[in-house]
Amino acid sequence: MSFLLGRVRSKRSAVSLVLFVMLFCSTAGTALAQSSSGRMPSTTRELSDGAVPEIRSAQPQAIRDTQEQRLKSLEERLRSLEEEIGLLKEDLRTARAPMGPEQTGGARLVLASAVIPTPGEVATASPQAPAPVEPQAGAAQLPNYGGASATAKVFNPDMGVIGNFVAGMGRNQINPVPALSLQESEVSLQAIVDPYARADFFLAYGEQGVEVEEGYVTFPALPGGFRLRGGKMRAAFGRVNAFHNHTLPWVDRPLVTFNLLGGSLEEADIGIKDAGVSVSRILPAPKGIFLEATGEMYRGDSGSLFQASRRSDASAVAHLKGYGDFTENTNLELGFSYARGHNDTGSNFITELYGLDATLRWKPVRRAIYHSLAARTEAMWSRREETLATQRAFGFYGSLEYQLSRRWFTGGRYDWTERARNAAQHDSGGSLVLTYWPSEFNQIRGQLRRTRYAEGTTANEFLVQFLFTLGAHGAHPF
Amino acid sequence: MSMFDQYRFSAALLALTLALAVGTASAQTASKLKIATTTTDLASLAQAVGGDRVEVNAIARGYQDPHFVEAKPSFLLQLRRADLLIIVGLQLEIGWLPPLITQSGNPRIQTGAGGYLDASQFAQILEIPMEAVTRAMGDVHPFGNPHYWLDAGNGRRVAQGIAQKLSELRPADAAYFQQRLQAFNDRLTQEERNWNAMMQPYRGRKVVTYHRSWPNFLNHFGLVSAGLIEPRPGIPPSPSHTIEIINMMKRDNVKIILVEPYFDLKMPNRIARETGAQVVVLPPSVGGEKEITDYFTLFNYDLALLVKAFQATQ
Repeated sequence: MSFLLGRVRSKRSAVSLVLFVMLFCSTAGTALAQSSSGRMPSTTRELSDGAVPEIRSAQPQAIRDTQEQRLKSLEERLRSLEEEIGLLKEDLRTARAPMGPEQTGGARLVLASAVIPTPGEVATASPQAPAPVEPQAGAAQLPNYGGASATAKVFNPDMGVIGNFVAGMGRNQINPVPALSLQESEVSLQAIVDPYARADFFLAYGEQGVEVEEGYVTFPALPGGFRLRGGKMRAAFGRVNAFHNHTLPWVDRPLVTFNLLGGSLEEADIGIKDAGVSVSRILPAPKGIFLEATGEMYRGDSGSLFQASRRSDASAVAHLKGYGDFTENTNLELGFSYARGHNDTGSNFITELYGLDATLRWKPVRRAIYHSLAARTEAMWSRREETLATQRAFGFYGSLEYQLSRRWFTGGRYDWTERARNAAQHDSGGSLVLTYWPSEFNQIRGQLRRTRYAEGTTANEFLVQFLFTLGAHGAHPF
Repeated sequence: MSMFDQYRFSAALLALTLALAVGTASAQTASKLKIATTTTDLASLAQAVGGDRVEVNAIARGYQDPHFVEAKPSFLLQLRRADLLIIVGLQLEIGWLPPLITQSGNPRIQTGAGGYLDASQFAQILEIPMEAVTRAMGDVHPFGNPHYWLDAGNGRRVAQGIAQKLSELRPADAAYFQQRLQAFNDRLTQEERNWNAMMQPYRGRKVVTYHRSWPNFLNHFGLVSAGLIEPRPGIPPSPSHTIEIINMMKRDNVKIILVEPYFDLKMPNRIARETGAQVVVLPPSVGGEKEITDYFTLFNYDLALLVKAFQATQ
């Protein structure tokens, strides 16, 4: 009993300690802010030296006012905190009094309730003390957003969240996947801006922080059939570079994109993505053939692939896409890509990339939701200038995906690629993938992956992925 | 690069842009109004009203699930030249149409532009959810059931909406479109009389359908939907739900199962074997079978199939 009471007491002292530290920090912080703002006018005085006397006289007065306000608000906070401590003490006393040893868990509950104010309880505990003021005051001061009616939300963008949860098993000494991680939570915000443009934002919340994966405005219908896009984008290099992680038919990205498109061990979301502009247009072609050209210009910073040391170190990407239907069920897409930018060796060193991609798709229109097949391959050549020599590296992957039934998909991928910074080294790998779709908003995927690294080690891994979508019904990528 | 070179480069780029723009502009002045529709049914209605002054192309085939069309680049070739795009709306095409519209580079058919027509605004819509919708209900359409064209009354309303739009886009042909609309309406009224007479003996009959594609159709002809093979829209049949359906069909003596041509027949056939019912593959769209060439033959074909099935399961 006494031991348990001791625990409660120590808990109380811990609470007081925390409160004390909070108080101290806020006081010290304000003091620091005061002292630094106090220094400000003197430096201004030194700099301006009487050139603008009205500012000199006005500034200290304003600062004195704000200081007084701060002090007042601090005093108020102190008072309310003291009151809260009093309440907590009362609470503890009432909690401890009727309680047996097995009920100490309840004391914790009361403690928690004292922090999250439930006015009724507090009132019974100490009727003379006013209820904690801060949260209520905060609620009253909430800004009044837009109009009062629900129609104010009509123009909100379409919102969606896609969770990408990945579990990794097995051994990989070179590029290990965490045992369990919410690799990415992608928030999408999409809407039509005005009669001339639409905008799309994809914010990727990783475990380390937030990244604007893509955020761009599209002018879909410029004169002459041009389409203009500006913002941060995944570049139109090859096929899968433009895909978001959750639309890939695999858990991971192909090795060649890691080795040649500037992958790094810190970043799961690899590929060419940068701030820039993109122009594309459908080109005239023989009947039944679809031809589209895309030209893009970027700032020149993309992972470890491109680095702009000067403003003029822009990078460029060009893509030509051809597509044709063999039958209503079968079609072929071919693409040629080129990218050029300055690399991290220096401003005078260029990295050039050439890409070739091919996708053959089969989907019987009458049974489109049950069966489909996609065979895809991408080959990339990298030419990277370095101080002593030029590295020429090549890599490719080939993948086959087959839909067994409405909810089951299977596939395999082969990877072989040299390394952009050391073309003498190459990695290779193979994967088997099985995907189950409870619905189109929910996917569960398993991938068996074997990778042979240039270092001589072989990694056998099993990756499990949960992909789940909330909110807006996004269009399916083709 | 010298200053001069830069100017020359910009000038060349500008000239190229202008040349391409002029090329497209001159292509636009062709005489026929080019209409793209998402489904064959809308294409048939547009053709009926537009006659020989329009050229109509549908994206989805009649035997294809209109929810799951692939956004193939070849469709862009159609959309790029279209003066008018007519869609079913109510989120039927949400999984594939938006990127096609954006990528078409065609200002005339962008959402909200003069050449963008959502036909659902003219139709009477059923099953607009009154309660809060969640995806626990499956792939629900929050604005109501999009299969509204299967009520001839809606066919009439949509045709009128299309005629109005065509007259807006080609005022010189307004009288022509009005006259075509009148002819379409007259024929529809006449056919409707036949159809209603055909179905009169079977009013009140219960049927089970695979997907919720038929409420407008069933409503129009006084048929009753007793249940769905899909437990929820877009969710494939589950064993427990199938047993419920079988028990219900036995209890209520339901003898007809309607299946859209793009669904697997394994489960409907199994249920039919258990219950002694008949599976009817009923095309919900024009082009679902070779004989179904327009909006009228769609109803003729489907009703003939139904009458035959009702007679067989008397």
